[in-house]
Amino acid sequence: MLAHAIFFYIFSFIAIFSAVMVTVSKNTVHSVFFLILDFISISFLFIMIGAEFLGMIMLIVYVGAVAILFLFVVMMLNVAQQKNEWFTSGTRSTHIPIGLLISLIIFSELIIVIGGWKYKPGLTDSISIKIDANITNTKLLGNVIYTDYIHLFQLSGMILLVAMIGAIVLTFRERSGVKKQSYFKQISREKKEGVELAEPESNKGVKIDT
Amino acid sequence: MTLSIGLGHYLTLAAIIFIIGIVGIFLNRKNIIVILMSIELILLAVNINLVSFSIYINDLSGQIFTLFILTVAAAEAAIGLAIIVVYYRNSGTIRVEEIHELKG
Repeated sequence: MLAHAIFFYIFSFIAIFSAVMVTVSKNTVHSVFFLILDFISISFLFIMIGAEFLGMIMLIVYVGAVAILFLFVVMMLNVAQQKNEWFTSGTRSTHIPIGLLISLIIFSELIIVIGGWKYKPGLTDSISIKIDANITNTKLLGNVIYTDYIHLFQLSGMILLVAMIGAIVLTFRERSGVKKQSYFKQISREKKEGVELAEPESNKGVKIDT
Repeated sequence: MTLSIGLGHYLTLAAIIFIIGIVGIFLNRKNIIVILMSIELILLAVNINLVSFSIYINDLSGQIFTLFILTVAAAEAAIGLAIIVVYYRNSGTIRVEEIHELKG
């Protein structure tokens, strides 16, 4: 129990610190690095409380794919030199106190909800999918995802496909002066344009350019 | 600092990260990429909520929905970054203050 508390406080402190640094750091590349640190510490928390599969998936998907995608875009767009000036820029800075006020209100609302919240009696009797301590987390998730939630699972695959095609279509650019294959021209070529039959006399050869 | 870590601790952590994400969206003046990262932080906070509820009331549904949220978040990041790349190619800037063509 003591180790659990110590690790919880360490990882949550790292998570909160790096979340703050994501928003305030001057360099966008540093923001992406702190985002990676945030995801890593939260996935450690997930592994610690018993959701191992989701922790590993967080590591793979977020750190391995999404954060690297962010890093690619940041380096491609050359925005790393832009200075962060979210407290200092003088014009139109009235939105800062309003933004802070709204955030404070939302935070206090969340804390009030967390503080004054109770279980409904008999809630744990009516749950749909019990977590069995003897089966591993991955097997338990797999048992449910591939049976009860198969349609949602397939639908999320379709969402990923649509996102991939959409990203390709959005960023696709025709360049002029690049030689490309034209499939339509290749397929629509016919025999009478491409082939000529000749009857050569013997010992005289064929004249090609006629 | 109590020694027994309960559901409330995880919910408080999620609330703090959520608020940091919202502050990042409100107060950012640099570029849109940091706003997208703040959205990722908000989704992360939601995931923490779902997973900790799922563990503490012993129900697997929360983890399943976390998986779907993860999928949608990845798709959203890809599309958002593609839109940012196209916008940067067309207008040469992604600073938040200079994007005001809609005058909103």
